[in-house]
Amino acid sequence: MLRYILKRVLWVIPVMLGVVIIVFTITYLTPGDPVMTILGSGYTPERYAAKAAELGLDKGYFGQLVAYIWNIITRLDFGKSYNSNIPIVQEFAARYPISVSIGLLSCMLIAIIGLPLGILSAVKQYSVLDYSLTTLALIFAAIPSFVLSILGLVIFGVKLGWLPVSGLDSFKSWILPVLANTLPGVAGIMRMTRTTMLEVIRQDYIRTARSKGLKESVILRKHALKNCLIPLVTIFGGMIAHTTAGSIIVENIFNIRGMGTYLYSAILARDYPVINGCVLLIAFVVCVMNLLVDITYAFIDPRIRSQYEKKRVTRKKITTTKAEVA
Amino acid sequence: MSLLEIKHLSVQFETRDSVIKAVNDLDLTIEAGQTLGLVGETGAGKTTTALSILRLIQEPPGRIKGGEILFEGKDLLKVSNEEMRAIRGNEISMIFQDPMTALNPIIRVGEQIAEVIRLHENCSKGEAMEKALYMLETVGIRPERSMDYPHQFSGGMKQRVVIAIALACSPKLLIADEPTTALDVTIQAQVLEMMNKLKQQFNTAMLMITHDLGIVAETCDHVAIMYAGELVEYGTIERIFHNPRHPYTNGLFGAIPSLDKDVDRLRPIPGLMPDPAALPKGCKFQERCEYACDKCRENAQMFTEIEPGHFVRCERAVRGEI
Repeated sequence: MLRYILKRVLWVIPVMLGVVIIVFTITYLTPGDPVMTILGSGYTPERYAAKAAELGLDKGYFGQLVAYIWNIITRLDFGKSYNSNIPIVQEFAARYPISVSIGLLSCMLIAIIGLPLGILSAVKQYSVLDYSLTTLALIFAAIPSFVLSILGLVIFGVKLGWLPVSGLDSFKSWILPVLANTLPGVAGIMRMTRTTMLEVIRQDYIRTARSKGLKESVILRKHALKNCLIPLVTIFGGMIAHTTAGSIIVENIFNIRGMGTYLYSAILARDYPVINGCVLLIAFVVCVMNLLVDITYAFIDPRIRSQYEKKRVTRKKITTTKAEVA
Repeated sequence: MSLLEIKHLSVQFETRDSVIKAVNDLDLTIEAGQTLGLVGETGAGKTTTALSILRLIQEPPGRIKGGEILFEGKDLLKVSNEEMRAIRGNEISMIFQDPMTALNPIIRVGEQIAEVIRLHENCSKGEAMEKALYMLETVGIRPERSMDYPHQFSGGMKQRVVIAIALACSPKLLIADEPTTALDVTIQAQVLEMMNKLKQQFNTAMLMITHDLGIVAETCDHVAIMYAGELVEYGTIERIFHNPRHPYTNGLFGAIPSLDKDVDRLRPIPGLMPDPAALPKGCKFQERCEYACDKCRENAQMFTEIEPGHFVRCERAVRGEI
């Protein structure tokens, strides 16, 4: 098991290397000269050459690529923004925690609300409660988060004046952005929980559990829920990965200085080092979340665990079955 | 008083556009310590009957329309859910058809056995596990394997685990729903032999559901033949095997190869069981019966005692015409 985890962790390295190369190459091939963009009009050839050398752009493709990767590995240096000249790492340090806080808070709420509602809906299938919950989920899954955000802003921020419309200065100002992230997520997780739960509670082993005389609540908690977790963990991992990377839409609407606004303004300004940095960070988080999801599988499901320990198990199995036959 | 007495049981499955009558006016009796074989082809209502006894019919779409299921004189269809839970796994337990799916894939087998012991017997976790290990040993699995998960066992061993769960609390009645159908023949013999032995050891009555008359011959005291949701013949194993009277029972025997008779071809029963959503008027077997007459198509057949303890649902057989 430990060996498997280590192997998976080491796999992150080639994957990330691949991502870096692809991202860097795309930027490299994009038309437009960053030196000209930075210097604007009216520069001398000497100033151009000096600037290019400063940015490391006087080297060839491989030279630049190696330097880029080397700087990231050794100094965590993603370069500087063309526009503000501020090191990208510095911006990450200031902005990423904000996006992560909003993202994790949203994910926690999604789990706390979505899971129980999904289970309830499955257990009371075809009841009024089930129909109302699934309809509600459908509505929230269908409304894009920018519509939800703007509606929230207009109603609670402008009309009622209960909540601030921008920034993250007070406790109250967190409510709308977190909700804008949470509601569509709740809808998704709820529907997924309902579907998997319905599938699991029709299984034979649930009938076996009932035939033992167990209480419904114990059957749900001990026998059904854990068997539902695999598909849910998969979705949830992806959800954590992209909500913590910062929602471009929600952060822009609420004017939050997180990763989303950073990436958005970089795209508008064609600030390639920043775009690259953001994409790399997102890719890294996705990699790590996938890794965690895979490891979680093994903890939940012994069948998957024994696949990882395959060699040892098959050897053990042969000896035991021999003994059993005898 | 009999251990289990089913009276006029009717079970339906109600879908949007049809009502499927799975069990119709069924009567059954099992005495303490005895084994009753419930025989019939797929779809005859055997499993539905068994699940009704434990009140495990999926509702909706299933519904127990009427009747009584008296267990030690108590009507199981009227007791509270709580009382029913105290009976399940403790006084009546069930072995399911497919051992591959009957065990929870992510719980260790030892715990799956200990769970039912802990629930019904007032004992500590340690004592329950100890008894679970003993049960594993009883069904022929080394106790060390209690920490393994179901996927690490073969089909036959999984079925042994299921049997260990069912017998863990020494139930008075064991319902075995085609316990060997999913197993290959050598393992079938082993499992049956073990069940017979354990049944005697724990003095358990058994309802053996099967479509295999060979299994019935090996395990049962009485046999009930079921067709399209009703019993067509009932009697002791000797009576049914030596003197089958209902044309359907005869058909069943004609469809199995015999070692001592030289027969060129087996005689399968022609046709299919009637659609349970549209059962025919009169005798349910008429369409496939070579003896069917106009009366059979008109009148519902009564379940009649033709000799002490031998019941047949066929007018012509009762009148001695067949």
